Amino acid sequence: MEVLSYLIPISLFLGGLGLAGFFWMLKARQFDDPDGDSQRILSDEFDDKPKQ
Amino acid sequence: MSDLTAQTPSACPACAAGPMAKTVASGRKPEGKIVLSLPKIHCAACISGVERLLTKTPGVEAARVNLTLKRAMVDAGPEITADDLAQMLTRNGFEAYELDPGQLSAAEADKPARELLMRLAVSGFAMMNIMLLSVAVWSGAEDATRDMFHWISAAIAIPTVGFCAQPFFKNAWSALRNKRLNMDVPISLAILLAVGMSLYETSQSGKHAYFDAAVALTFFLLAGRYLDFRMRASARSAAQELAALEVPRAFKLVGGTEVLTPIAELAVGDIVRVKPGGRVPVDGVVEAGTSERDRALLTGESLPVPAHPGDAVAAGEMNLTGVLTVRVTAAGEDSSLHRMAELVATAESARSRYTSLADRAAGLYAPGVHILAALTGLGWYLYSLDLRLSLNIASAVLIITCPCALGLAVPAVTTAASGKLFRRGLLIKDGTALERLAEVTEVVFDKTGTLTEGAPELVSHTAEPEEVSVARALASGSAHPLAQALLRDTDGPAAVVEDLREVPGYGVEAHWKGLHVRLGRADWVGADMPAETATWLRVGSAAPVAFKFADALRTGAAEAVADLRAQGIRVTLLSGDSPSAVAHVASSLQIDDWRAECLPEDKVAHIEARRAEGARVLMVGDGLNDTGALAAAHVSISPATALDAARVASDMVLLGKDLSPISGALKTAQQSTRRIRENFTISTVYNVVAVPLAIAGLATPLIAALAMSLSSITVTLNSLRLK
Repeated sequence: MEVLSYLIPISLFLGGLGLAGFFWMLKARQFDDPDGDSQRILSDEFDDKPKQ
Repeated sequence: MSDLTAQTPSACPACAAGPMAKTVASGRKPEGKIVLSLPKIHCAACISGVERLLTKTPGVEAARVNLTLKRAMVDAGPEITADDLAQMLTRNGFEAYELDPGQLSAAEADKPARELLMRLAVSGFAMMNIMLLSVAVWSGAEDATRDMFHWISAAIAIPTVGFCAQPFFKNAWSALRNKRLNMDVPISLAILLAVGMSLYETSQSGKHAYFDAAVALTFFLLAGRYLDFRMRASARSAAQELAALEVPRAFKLVGGTEVLTPIAELAVGDIVRVKPGGRVPVDGVVEAGTSERDRALLTGESLPVPAHPGDAVAAGEMNLTGVLTVRVTAAGEDSSLHRMAELVATAESARSRYTSLADRAAGLYAPGVHILAALTGLGWYLYSLDLRLSLNIASAVLIITCPCALGLAVPAVTTAASGKLFRRGLLIKDGTALERLAEVTEVVFDKTGTLTEGAPELVSHTAEPEEVSVARALASGSAHPLAQALLRDTDGPAAVVEDLREVPGYGVEAHWKGLHVRLGRADWVGADMPAETATWLRVGSAAPVAFKFADALRTGAAEAVADLRAQGIRVTLLSGDSPSAVAHVASSLQIDDWRAECLPEDKVAHIEARRAEGARVLMVGDGLNDTGALAAAHVSISPATALDAARVASDMVLLGKDLSPISGALKTAQQSTRRIRENFTISTVYNVVAVPLAIAGLATPLIAALAMSLSSITVTLNSLRLK
């Protein structure tokens, strides 16, 4: 059962990493226009770099 | 949106980067920011088409389309106006309207939504981790291992609840302080009791801890709260943004010079000047000047009315051709605009306060849950005399009955339904509008600007091609709606004319090949007054030729009316226009029930009479003369082109030109009310199964978690069926 003392912190850390990633996406406003983003992928114009 | 502002410094390297960088850092929008509403865009081609058109326009620095909100954000120099860009896009096939960026303050409106989303994410993260630990306990961890898992759960759950459940605690506290009960009171109590009891049990090495339930509750309830908030916020802001049409200022003449004066500061006896294309700011009498005025928004008349010295004009009328000098006879509280506003206020206070389905459910639910939990606790204490056991069971009852499915039942459906309606071009401003729309039994339409475009369209003429070219040349000299329509609806070259001159209030005259030519009112060119709208052309001494106009029906008007009638809904047409014009529209739409020359008071009286007979009326209108009726009706819709006051008074705004979404909206509303009722039933069924177990003291954290998650998920899936 000693393995739990590694695994639980590791799982919490990995989960926390995901949470931090979500905060970053929220801050970077990646959820502002989900419909638009799903359509922009179909346009050639943004192939080289995403529209800022 | 900040991604757009971040571009501006590089877009103009010549500008001082310092102050610009500061604006970006403080998150404030730059001065030239323009926001346009694009109700018809729907695909990648629309996005790149609009963006290319906008960025190609000289003076535009950056443009970005947001498809979710159906808006374009534009950064442009001060020489570019939103109106220019909207007209340019509309000409190129992308219907566009100007939005008021001052009302927008997107960053402000976004903040609460993003905070809710943040809390949702934190509680979701904590829920998954605690559930993981709980699975170990459920599958048989014992003694020290179980205690350790419980302690770790507590370490995650307590800060999570402290951060994430704040919105519920705040609402519950403010309700209790006002000696009321709302849905947040049992929610807060359940969360706090669950955490408190579990902490105590854990410290006593107890078997059951409800940390997972407390956090899962928070998560599901936050999800409902977030959906609800996002729907209301987006609807509210978009409705406010549509730019106002009212004139807040007037040109006051002081000693012969024009002074821009706020309307509130005008007094009776002041002289104001109204330019062609401007709206009359006050009630008054024409002192000098001749013109024609468009009274459609005030009275519903589709024909322009002449204005001569001595005529009375009313606030809100549009001046069409000549400059008018008006002596103020009533301003502020006495003006006809203000009387109209009072009519709206009376109608609104008379509108019976509608209790939403969610409020009705909460009113039944909140006291019931508390009484049940208290009785259970009391019963177990009398039976066992064990305080710890009876408190444990009482809190289990609270946790299991906690309304997380109820919290999702309404917002999940309204979000799905309003999303569906928004894609069809209908914006819901009021949270309970969908429920009220579902009950509609009859529809009252306004004519000018609602069923019709409110703009004339050339229907027939008997002119020779040469005469048409003369008429086109003359029409190009006037901004009058009939002249503009003539230019738009005829083709061919314009003849070369000399001495082109507009005679305000009458028409346009010029010389062509040595002949005196006139285009304008019948009496001015020497023709008989006709019954229908027409402008007349006379070349030299030849007989005048008529160009006949009619107010064109809006696209989708016929479908909307036919569809509504097919659904068994009575359709009525109330208009302030003349009987012949109303009869024409009514017969082409096959509406048997119509009334012409209605005053605003008549419209309100009609709707109130219908309501007294038990009918639920949907009012669709756009003018100032409709605002009272819009407010008095059970539910109301106005088109985006409507006057600001009309949009404020109505529950829904039609974003595009098309009227056909109205009949579909009725069906969607009925469907969504049915879904909401189903959701209430589903969550009640779960309670009926789980509550007896909890009262009997048989509930375990596993049963609580199952009942909660399953009911929430079923409710959400049922709501999504609407799509």
